[in-house]
Amino acid sequence: MSRHEIEITLINKHGLHARPATQFVQLANKYESKIEVIKKDLVVDGKSVTSMLTLGAEKGTLLRIRVDGQDADEAISKLSGLIKGKFGEE
Amino acid sequence: MEIKKGIGVSPGVVICQAVVLDAEEYRIPERHISADRAGEEAERLEHALAGARKELTELRDNTAKRLGKETGAIFDFHLALLDDQTLLEKIRDKIKTESVTAEFAVATVLREYAREFLQMPEYLAERVKDVYDVEKRILRRLIGESREGLGHLTEDVVVLAHDLTPSQTASMDRKHIMGLAIDAGGRTSHTAIVARALGIPAVVGLNDVSVFVNTGDVVIIDGNRGLVIIEPDEATIEENRQFLRRQVEFARELDRLRDLPAITMDGHEITLLGNIEFPGEAENVLARGGQGVGLYRTEFLYLEKETEPTEENHYEAYCKVIEAMDGRPVCIRTLDLGADKYTQAHLLIQERNPFLGLRSIRFCFQHLQLFKTQLRAILRASMKGEVSVMFPLITTVMELRQAKMILRDVMEDLEEEGVEVRTDVPVGMMMEVPSAALQCNQFAQEVDFFSIGTNDLIQYTLAVDRTNERVAPLFTAANPAVLRLIKEVIRAGQRYDVGVTLCGEMGSDPEYLLLLLGMGLRTFSVAPPSVPELKKAIRSITIEHARRVARHVATLNTDKQIVSYLRNQIREVMPEAY
Repeated sequence: MSRHEIEITLINKHGLHARPATQFVQLANKYESKIEVIKKDLVVDGKSVTSMLTLGAEKGTLLRIRVDGQDADEAISKLSGLIKGKFGEE
Repeated sequence: MEIKKGIGVSPGVVICQAVVLDAEEYRIPERHISADRAGEEAERLEHALAGARKELTELRDNTAKRLGKETGAIFDFHLALLDDQTLLEKIRDKIKTESVTAEFAVATVLREYAREFLQMPEYLAERVKDVYDVEKRILRRLIGESREGLGHLTEDVVVLAHDLTPSQTASMDRKHIMGLAIDAGGRTSHTAIVARALGIPAVVGLNDVSVFVNTGDVVIIDGNRGLVIIEPDEATIEENRQFLRRQVEFARELDRLRDLPAITMDGHEITLLGNIEFPGEAENVLARGGQGVGLYRTEFLYLEKETEPTEENHYEAYCKVIEAMDGRPVCIRTLDLGADKYTQAHLLIQERNPFLGLRSIRFCFQHLQLFKTQLRAILRASMKGEVSVMFPLITTVMELRQAKMILRDVMEDLEEEGVEVRTDVPVGMMMEVPSAALQCNQFAQEVDFFSIGTNDLIQYTLAVDRTNERVAPLFTAANPAVLRLIKEVIRAGQRYDVGVTLCGEMGSDPEYLLLLLGMGLRTFSVAPPSVPELKKAIRSITIEHARRVARHVATLNTDKQIVSYLRNQIREVMPEAY
């Protein structure tokens, strides 16, 4: 069991719109760990695309990602990699 | 108790519990279920979700293959919605705690999200479309299931819906359907025709009845007055029960007429035939005193199954009818699919004006194999009885010749194969397009009989879509131009000794009986339940009177004058009919 919590800024063009949110959720669902995404004091389930969208996170938003579970190490590195890599957008 | 007014299109009254069908893109009314059915609803939901997921995965993969991965990824968002546990839990929870149907739960939860997205930044507001799309996809699955559910009913019900398609009515368990009521439609809509064929009450043009009734509610469908009474009180139920008892007596009286000839008081014999859609109805024709089948609509062979009917499917159905009729005439009309009778499955490209589009005989000419399969079966079956074949929607002489030529080709093929066929099968055509009616003298020299299809003839002459409730009141057989075309066709028949039958709804309306007889018509083909009433009317009038009526109508210029005159005339001889 491990637990990680990191802060990361959205740097892709439109922030967390439908496609990046879908990619994030698809990736998150590959892991057993509980994954939460936090914007200010709003905490949502990182495996639910509707919840992620309701964050309304635009470019430049600072997000906290909290991962808790057996595969947390890999999950946090892959998820932050996805955000840092601008979700594959150029 | 709530009373909704529509158009009564098939007579009778029924008190029964309702089954309500949802229509796509229609408001889903709140449907409460008993708490013990929540498990069943939850299962339906999971089933629909699984189906939708599979459909979307295929769609995504196919799209990706054709248009690239980027485009296919649009559906990834849809799939993510279907896999969103937060969302699904809300739907599941709603079914359980509020005891509502899966449809209602899906629609309300997804619409809550849609509303929320609308308040978000612009790029998310755009996603509302996707949410609706997913909603529709799930609902289609759920509603699709309940459609199939009509095939296996265990108790008597009346069906309420926004509209009914031919494939829906084809798959219905007809033993248990006691009445129909729909929001859409006019007097000659598909639902009306089916209801009359089945002899059950029907009301159409109710606008929004399907939103007000819940499955399981008790309703009264009054096809005589065009009313649907939702959750009637005791007094109303009792009043309708009394009416039903009187109806039963009237029906018994009509039954006594069954074995009496259809003969006018001054000794003119009239032929009364039945219109049928399903082979099973052939017996009903005889039970009601019909002398044969004047119109066997074959569309249901194509609509009842997913796959195209084989020659054997056709042959078996035809033989069943022919055997039931036991030597009496059977007129088989070739495929008349298209426009209002079209199934989505066949409709590859939406036509802008399907009534003027690729339908009926035109469709057959472009699908020769399908046409020939049917003709082969008709010709083979013709060995078993008095069969005639009839082509629908003939518009030009060339079309008739082409149809006859194909029939001859098929006949030769069969002969070459050593299959016995009758080479003298009478060939007829529907008179339902004004151009054909205007050229009836030419046509009369090339066919053995005419069958006047008043429904289409009226709609094409008056340019009125009979299924559009907004203009349906303009649809009337009493229009002087329509009557003139009918008269011309009857006259051409007399001139060239070509049989003339009238097989539209007009023929079963006693109001027009005197006029049609006066014009010279002697053969009617009507829905079987209408045979006794028509016979009773025939037995109480004289041809002499009918001729006078026809002469007078020829001097009138408006449909209103004509209708009121005809009503008065028939009331004089048959007051009990009104």
